[in-house]
Amino acid sequence: MDGERSGYGSVETLLAAKEILITCGAGGVGKTTVAAALAAMAAVRHGGKVLVLTIDPARRLADALGLDGFGDKEKQVSPDAFRAAGVMPRGELWAAMLDTKQSWDDLVRRHAPNRRTADRILSNKLYDNVTGRFVQSHEYIAMERLYQLHQDGNYDLIVVDTPPTRNALDFVEAPVRMAEFFSSRFLRILSAPYRSNVVSFASRPFLSAADRILGSAFLQDIAEFFSLFQTMAPGFVERAEAVNRVLHEKRTSFAVVTTLEAAPVREAEYFIDVLTTKKFHLGAVVLNKVLPSYLLDEKAARTATTLEKGADRVAAAVGEGAGDVAQVERVLTEVAESFLRFQVVAQRESEQRAELSVGAGVVATVPFFDTDIHDLAGLLRLGEQLWST
Amino acid sequence: MSGFLERKLLFVTGKGGVGKSSVAAALALLGSQRGKKTLACELDSKGNLAEFLEAGSISFKPRKVQPRLYVSSVDSEDSLKEYLAVNLRLPVMSRLGPLARLFDFAAVAAPGVKEILTVGKPVYEVHEGNYDLVVVDATATGHVLSQLAAPRVINELVQVGLVRQQTTWMLEVLSDEAQTGVVIVTTPEEMPVNETIELAPRVEAESGVHLAGVVVNRVLPELFGRGEEEVFEHLEEPAHTAAVSEAAGGDVAPIFAAASLAVTLRRTRAEHLERLRSSVAPGVPILYLPYLFARTHGLRSTHQMAAALGDELGY
Repeated sequence: MDGERSGYGSVETLLAAKEILITCGAGGVGKTTVAAALAAMAAVRHGGKVLVLTIDPARRLADALGLDGFGDKEKQVSPDAFRAAGVMPRGELWAAMLDTKQSWDDLVRRHAPNRRTADRILSNKLYDNVTGRFVQSHEYIAMERLYQLHQDGNYDLIVVDTPPTRNALDFVEAPVRMAEFFSSRFLRILSAPYRSNVVSFASRPFLSAADRILGSAFLQDIAEFFSLFQTMAPGFVERAEAVNRVLHEKRTSFAVVTTLEAAPVREAEYFIDVLTTKKFHLGAVVLNKVLPSYLLDEKAARTATTLEKGADRVAAAVGEGAGDVAQVERVLTEVAESFLRFQVVAQRESEQRAELSVGAGVVATVPFFDTDIHDLAGLLRLGEQLWST
Repeated sequence: MSGFLERKLLFVTGKGGVGKSSVAAALALLGSQRGKKTLACELDSKGNLAEFLEAGSISFKPRKVQPRLYVSSVDSEDSLKEYLAVNLRLPVMSRLGPLARLFDFAAVAAPGVKEILTVGKPVYEVHEGNYDLVVVDATATGHVLSQLAAPRVINELVQVGLVRQQTTWMLEVLSDEAQTGVVIVTTPEEMPVNETIELAPRVEAESGVHLAGVVVNRVLPELFGRGEEEVFEHLEEPAHTAAVSEAAGGDVAPIFAAASLAVTLRRTRAEHLERLRSSVAPGVPILYLPYLFARTHGLRSTHQMAAALGDELGY
C-alpha cells in the first residue's frame, strides 16, 4: 500500500492539511458541485480564505453561491449567503471561473520577449483557434492559473474543478506536454522556412506534401504563428516545470469524483491508476449520487417478494382502513415491484463500489439527493455528507 | 416522426453521462432491424459504443456484428492514412510518420483539419452510398458543434488545396436536412436538460446541420395510477404500515421509503421534462426511453432500447 495515502481519516483532516485540492472525474458526475461543497465546508469549519476555481461555466453554481455571475476575477461569497443558510462561517469563501481566453492573453503578455511580439501573437488569426481549441490548452491554463494563485499566497486552500477531459493524462501532464511541444524538433522544422531563406533538406519532403494538402498560404500562416510563439518557449518551459513541481508537492492532493454507474467508474479507476503511477497524492475518492443502503437489505427484499406475490392476501388483512381493498392491493404490488427494481440498480452500484474502493484512502459517499441543489444550504448539506466520512 | 430514421446520417451527442453511446447503439440496431445496411461509427474512441453492441474490439475497418449492422471506430490517424492513399497516391508507408506529426501541428493551428478527417469518414460513407444509415457516436455537447462546423471553418481558413475540395462535398451532405441530422441525448435531470435547451437552437445556426430530434433517456416509470398515491399515503401511516408489515411477515418501512424516493424522483424529473418540452422548438421530435433497471448494459439492454425507440417512432 502506498503509505502516502493512508494519513488522512476523513475529508475533514485531508482538507485541514492541504493547500490545493484538485477534483477530477468523468462528465456528469457532479464534480463542480462537489468541489464547491468541499470549499464551502472548509470555509465554514476550518476557517481561513478558501477559493473554489471552476472551469465549468455552471450558472447554477453562481446562483447557489449567491454570486451575481461568475468571472475570471475571484469574488467573495457574501457572509449574508451563509447566514441565510443558517451558518456562521469561520473563514471566507471565494469563487472564480476560469476564462481560458483571458488567461492565455495574460500568459502571452507575460512570456513574450517584448510588447511588439506579444501584440503580433495576440492579433495572429490562428491564435484564437490554437488557444481556444488546442487539446491541452484548457488544462494547461487551469494548472497555470492555479500555480499563479498559489504563488500569490492569498488563499489558505484552493479547490480546483478540472474539465471533464476524456484523458486523465491531459491535465496532470499538460505542463510537461506544453514544454515538450515548445522544444519539439518538428515545430522547428515547420517554422524553419519562415526563420531563414534556406529550407533545410530535412524539412523539404514534409513541406511539399503538406503544401499539396493544405496549400502554401495556409502553411505560411501556421509557420508564422509558430515562429512567434517559439519566442516564448524558454519562459513556458520553465514555468511548466514549476507548475509540475507544485502539483507533486505534499500540500497538493487530488480527489476523484464518480457516480457508481459503469462508465464513470471506469474513468475513475483510470484516474486513480494514473495518479498513483505518476506519484500524485490521491487524497479521497468521492462517490456521488449513491442510492440509499436500505435498498440492499436482504430481509426487505424477501418481504418485498412476499408482498409482491401475496398482495391480495396482505391487502385483505389490512382491511378497508387505508382505502378500497382492490386499490390497496394494486398499490402494494407496485410498491413491492418498485423496490425490487431499484434493488437491482443498488446491487449493481454496490458491486462497482467494491471494485473501486480497493486501494483508496478516504472514500466519501454522498447519497442520492432527491432534489437539485439551488443554494448554499444545499451545497452545505452535500458537504456535511462528505465531511466526516 | 417516421422521418427520423429516414435520414442517412445521424450524429448523436449529449452531455457526459446521459447514455449517448447506448442511444447511438440502439438507433443503429433499430435501423439494421428495419432492413437498412447500417454503420455505427465511434469518433475518437472511448470504447463504449462497442460495449453496447457487444462488438468486442473495433477498428477503423467496419466489422459486421449483427445482420446488416457494422461497427467501426474512427480516429484521425487512420482517416489520414486512407485520405492520403485515396487522394495523393503517396508512397504512404514511407512518409506517414512525419506527415502524421505535421498534421498534428496543422490540427493544432487550424481547428477543423483534424475534424474534417474524422467527421469526413462517416460523411464519405454516406456520400459514396456504402450504407443506408450511418449513426455516429459523436463528441459530447461541449465540442460537437466545432466538430460539425469544421468543414465551414476550413473553407474560410484554407483557400486552396485538396482539403478545401473535400469540404465542398462534405458540406453538401451535412447541410441536406433530408439526409443528415443531429440527435441530442439527455436525461430528465437539471444540468443535461439545461445543456440541451442551450444547444438545440445553436445546432443549425452554428454548424449548418439540421436538428433531427431529442432523445430523453432514463425516464422513470410513473409508480401510481389515479388515486393510488392517496392510498399509499394512508398506508404510510404507522398503524397501517404495521398492519402491512405483519401480514407480509417483515418490516415494510424500507420498501415504502423506496417508493417515496421513486415518486419524488419522478416528480422532480417531470418538472425538467416540462421545461425541455416548452423550450425546444415545436416540430423537433422528442423521444422518450424508459429507465432500465438492468444488472448490466450490453446487447440485451440495447435491444430493449431499440424496441422502445421503435415504439416511439410508431414502427
